[in-house]
Amino acid sequence: MSEPSRIRAQFQGGKTTVRILMNHEMESGHRKDGSGKIVPSWFIQEVTIALNGKVVLDAGFGPSVSKNPYLLFVIKGGKAGDKLSLSWKDNRGQTRTDEASVA
Amino acid sequence: MKNTSNHNAHRRQSLKQIASLTGLLAGVGYSSFAQAAYNKAAFDSKSVNEAVKFQGGGGIVESKDIVLNAPDYAENGSAVALGVSTSLSGVRKILILIEKNPATLSAAFEVSEWIEANFATRVKMSQTSDVYAVAIMADGRALFSKKEVKVTIGSCGA
Repeated sequence: MSEPSRIRAQFQGGKTTVRILMNHEMESGHRKDGSGKIVPSWFIQEVTIALNGKVVLDAGFGPSVSKNPYLLFVIKGGKAGDKLSLSWKDNRGQTRTDEASVA
Repeated sequence: MKNTSNHNAHRRQSLKQIASLTGLLAGVGYSSFAQAAYNKAAFDSKSVNEAVKFQGGGGIVESKDIVLNAPDYAENGSAVALGVSTSLSGVRKILILIEKNPATLSAAFEVSEWIEANFATRVKMSQTSDVYAVAIMADGRALFSKKEVKVTIGSCGA
């Protein structure tokens, strides 16, 4: 079971700045383990973010995004109390959705 | 009294129907968006031009309107902080590419009308390389900025 993502969404000056830390190994598929065997790739491929149920950002990640991916983006407008949801799907088909409110 | 309860029952039924319909629509919206997000051909590309082409952009043109924030030196290639933004309107996608990584394209963001073309993330870099920020415009133009980031300890994990 995957660990929850950390989401901070702050409304200030007419826009909402969202900072996210997802919990994922983001294994590239190029790294070797102690015995010299290649560790198979395991990484988040798709990230979808919705505000009050409406998709506002859709992103694709390759295996070169760092471990525990960090993402900052800015929503035009928004307001305190708006519901933000983050969903990701990795290359093994595992998915996770976390929610937070705009502060 | 009886009338009221009938009315309530009817109302509940309607609400239920609306809720299930909304759920259905949300489901459809998600899957179609998700398919667009992970563009396998683009993420498998070995060059900047190829990746941009698979993301629907034309030949890349350097532009000072694309702002790329990247460090001069990265002591550790496993987490290099990058920021990309532009105040241009009509941006469809923002791409982050690392020229000398095994796969060039690192991240692709679809810019909807509800967000600004302004993103920051962290990437792995296997070695010193040019980092490209590319904005694919609604008319298919691909505008870019690039910067060399010198990596002291490469991430084998790129």
